[in-house]
Amino acid sequence: MLATQIFIAFRMTINPFYLTQFHKMKLSQYFLAFLCPIILFTSCKKSDDEITADAKSSFTIEFEHQVNGVPLVLNNATYKNAKGEDFKISIFKYYVSNIKLTKADGTTYLLPESYFLIDESKNTSKIITLNNVPTGDYTKIEYTIGVDYARNFAGAQTGALDPVNGMFWTWNSGYIFVKLEGTSPQSTAANNALTFHIGGVVDPNNTIRNFSTEINAANPLRIRTDGKPNMHFIVNAAALFTGKTDISFSTLNFTMGGANSVIVADNYAKGLFRLDHIHN
Amino acid sequence: MLFLSIVLMYACSKNEDEIIAPEKQITFSVPSNFTAPAYHFEDNKITNAGFALGKKLFYDARLSADKSVSCGSCHQQFAAFANLDHKVSHGVNNCQGKRNAPPLFNLAWQKAFFWDGGVKNIETSPLNAITDACEMGTDVETIINLLKNTSPYPQMFNKAFGSVEINSQRILKSITQFMAVLVSGNSKYDLVMRKENGASFNSLELAGYHLFKEKCSSCHAEPLFTDFSYRNNGLDLVSADEGRSHITGLATDFGTFRIPTLRNIEYTGPYMHDGRFYSLDEVLEHYNSGIKPSPNLDPLLKSGIPLNSSEKEQIKAFLKTLTDNEFIKNTLYSES
Repeated sequence: MLATQIFIAFRMTINPFYLTQFHKMKLSQYFLAFLCPIILFTSCKKSDDEITADAKSSFTIEFEHQVNGVPLVLNNATYKNAKGEDFKISIFKYYVSNIKLTKADGTTYLLPESYFLIDESKNTSKIITLNNVPTGDYTKIEYTIGVDYARNFAGAQTGALDPVNGMFWTWNSGYIFVKLEGTSPQSTAANNALTFHIGGVVDPNNTIRNFSTEINAANPLRIRTDGKPNMHFIVNAAALFTGKTDISFSTLNFTMGGANSVIVADNYAKGLFRLDHIHN
Repeated sequence: MLFLSIVLMYACSKNEDEIIAPEKQITFSVPSNFTAPAYHFEDNKITNAGFALGKKLFYDARLSADKSVSCGSCHQQFAAFANLDHKVSHGVNNCQGKRNAPPLFNLAWQKAFFWDGGVKNIETSPLNAITDACEMGTDVETIINLLKNTSPYPQMFNKAFGSVEINSQRILKSITQFMAVLVSGNSKYDLVMRKENGASFNSLELAGYHLFKEKCSSCHAEPLFTDFSYRNNGLDLVSADEGRSHITGLATDFGTFRIPTLRNIEYTGPYMHDGRFYSLDEVLEHYNSGIKPSPNLDPLLKSGIPLNSSEKEQIKAFLKTLTDNEFIKNTLYSES
């Protein structure tokens, strides 16, 4: 700041143009000019204080995709649903949003603009980094499986919410929260297809589900300026088809919103994610 | 210190001396007889460059799968941005859609789009036409790649958004700048309402206006001439198009459609969601004698809307006062 002013002063002394302009200035500008550096210096000092007051750091979350305890392999591996029906998976992707952390004393921190699209076909999407989190010991994590109501109607978005990601319904505005596609011999659809596009935010077919899990107080999420922990979640894709209602692919093999999507969302609300461990 | 600061102030005030471009600033204006708009441009500030880009995209047929269809193909300015003489949209590969292209104006007042209200934000409304196999039949990624390699688009994105990056958000926001600026509020009706230029209805129009308020305005509410509700107006005993229930999944919404505006109706035929009526006479006769008692028929239409021939002439005369020739001929909105 001071260096800049010195530099400009130096230029003034060698450049007559500045001097001519100087004479043209109005009296009110002198007054403003006098205030200018005072305001600048005050604001600099203030932000320094804020940084020392609450330190921030980051952590990562890794989502490991499985199907009933075995690794998810797209297209080739065959799995069984709770009804004993064979199926294969070709697409598995979902949104995690509005991540909220809670400390033992009950104080919470909602990560702003936390929208992530996790896609089995993109390895980099399965580890997400969360920055600017206040340091401390957190004993609970919550997030939305999907996208909050407002963002479904908020106009053109970028990043994880960009419609080019193939997770936005153009004919009935809103995001596909969880997308699973594949095949099953039991499916009555063309080519034995399984098409599970879960979304919709309007009652009675609201499929927004929130997941929360307590973190063992003996090994909380310890976020430190010199410690960036990693949370490891197991994600069970078969949870779409069991839990509250065991789904048979002979009767339910296609849903794009509506009552059948609610059945699937009610299934995965509890069973999709399991916190496996934390590396502090 | 004072001395140095003065110089800083000089630097700050320097921009004021720049010559303002002689180009007319594109603005969004709310006619004084209108209600408050729903879209506010807070996150999409209108600029001349953004509007120009949106307009160019709107009229560019190269965006469609076979490079034959632009937004403007089915939204023609001389038809108040509806589709003249087309019952339903005519898309790529000569595919016929299933619904009549609605006119595009006063969209900033609209909270839901399309005949079934499935789209809730004007910014995402173009996606439907872009991706529908019977409209433009493409996808946003393909369009982004085309634009990146097509002059002068990168320069236009740079001018509109400050860098040459082309993404779906920038495409949609610029098209929105064009669409939302399309305000039609200078019809004879508007001049009469605003008491401008000594405008007044003639006796036929005035009689029509009174009839309209008595028989039509419960759905086609002033000043936008729609209440934005979804209703069944008795076109069929069983609708071939599920309408609003496609979005809500509710049986009570089966065969209901968004109440269309009547502004510029002189030019927006054919009428109804499937474009079945080519003339206003057919439309009025439908309400007079053609209402079918479908299960979801709007209660207000249970007995139809009895209209004798002179009443029909009066209503038609009034409806023609809703034509806004200034809007239809405004070269600012024309393909250039």
